[in-house]
Amino acid sequence: MRELKITPIKNGTVIDHIGNGLALEVLRIIGVRELDKDSSVSVAIHVRSGKLGWKDIVKVESMELSPRKVNAIALIAPTATISIIRDYKVREKRVVDLPSRIVGVLRCPNPTCISNQPEPIESEFEVTDRRPVVLTCAFCERRVDDFLRHLA
Amino acid sequence: MSLHGRDITSIRDLSREEIEEILASARKMIPYAEGSKVVHPLAEKIVAMAFFEPSTRTRLSFEAAVHRLGGNCLTIADAGATSLRKGESLYDTIRMLSSYADAIVIRHPNEGSARLAARASDRPVINAGDGAGQHPTQTLLDLATLHEAFGTLTGLKVVLLGDLKYGRTVHSLAYALAEFGSELILSSPRGLALPEERREELKRVGGRVSEQPDIRKAVQEADALYVTRIQKERFVDESEYREVAGSYRIDASVLASAKPRLIVMHPLPRAGEIAPEVDQTPHAAYFRQAFLAVPVRMALLASVLGSSRRGG
Repeated sequence: MRELKITPIKNGTVIDHIGNGLALEVLRIIGVRELDKDSSVSVAIHVRSGKLGWKDIVKVESMELSPRKVNAIALIAPTATISIIRDYKVREKRVVDLPSRIVGVLRCPNPTCISNQPEPIESEFEVTDRRPVVLTCAFCERRVDDFLRHLA
Repeated sequence: MSLHGRDITSIRDLSREEIEEILASARKMIPYAEGSKVVHPLAEKIVAMAFFEPSTRTRLSFEAAVHRLGGNCLTIADAGATSLRKGESLYDTIRMLSSYADAIVIRHPNEGSARLAARASDRPVINAGDGAGQHPTQTLLDLATLHEAFGTLTGLKVVLLGDLKYGRTVHSLAYALAEFGSELILSSPRGLALPEERREELKRVGGRVSEQPDIRKAVQEADALYVTRIQKERFVDESEYREVAGSYRIDASVLASAKPRLIVMHPLPRAGEIAPEVDQTPHAAYFRQAFLAVPVRMALLASVLGSSRRGG
């Protein structure tokens, strides 16, 4: 019998198999300050995992993630799985999947890129390599492989 | 494949076949660029020159190309005179310009600005240099110069000398030459080497790249020597600039051991990198290179804008 370190949630999202130590980054992406009054968040850091050795878990009550947030999680925690919980049951479970184009998630690391100027556009990257993941700015062609530092 | 109605924002927008097509068309344009023959495929067309950064030869050669093709120019030559000064976005400025002109040529200090312009405009956009980013028509005229001298772009040995870190012309040229199967010999002062990212990119297209810091040795086997200016405006640190400025100079003694057919190229303006005495040698190709800007840009404008229906 496994020890339950976090209580189950009734409705919401469980992000499991987050690489060890990345839970706080996932929280940053979720945007804890944007949560409504019914949402509570549980975080488990450094939990034993059969697959990963150690992992982090984040559970968010009463909230489903926007596709944009899922894309951001896919970038920094590619091993994560996302489960949608309704009435204590897992209704949908999927691994995060990186689309071919990432819009509005990262800032371009090139400070003089036009996407970092006050223009009515969102940042945009193409996924140019998948193993390991490398993105290329759709405007200035700068390549990015360090996503944590450049989350928008 | 037709270039009609296409945006040209990066040399990567063009396939090898399309580059060859433009160069062949540019060769036919030479007598028209010299004014000895007349052709007006751009009659009644307006091309906007949106220059948000100082430029002499790029803007003038584009304007000359439009005039030689019988078209008209709308020119922004001073960003301070536009409403960008009043805080208007580049996006809005280009959106407005695209309703006044049939095509837009843009030079702007921010990388990626030509791509932004292409999204804002429903008319074709040609990138005439975006910051330290792309400058595809410079690459085309560099390739035209090499092709005119050697009749091929394959199997040449080209020395790239100078500022290989900030020099945008060398990045695009190195990429194109690697794709065409020419060999690159890099020679740069300390601190101005080709960025690792660019080197990786050359490897990905199968480029043969070596380094030779000694310029005298580098030129011995070379077919072409491409010299760049050290770009003061790209340096954040003035002392770093002073340290490397003037650390290389091509004169007759450097070229003494070169092949007789070696050509010396430079995107100009030069700032002491090439001694005036080189101008008198058969090696000097940089003024021919500056002239070829006109037929190359004519060829590109005629392909993008000429004759057939819009959007074809």
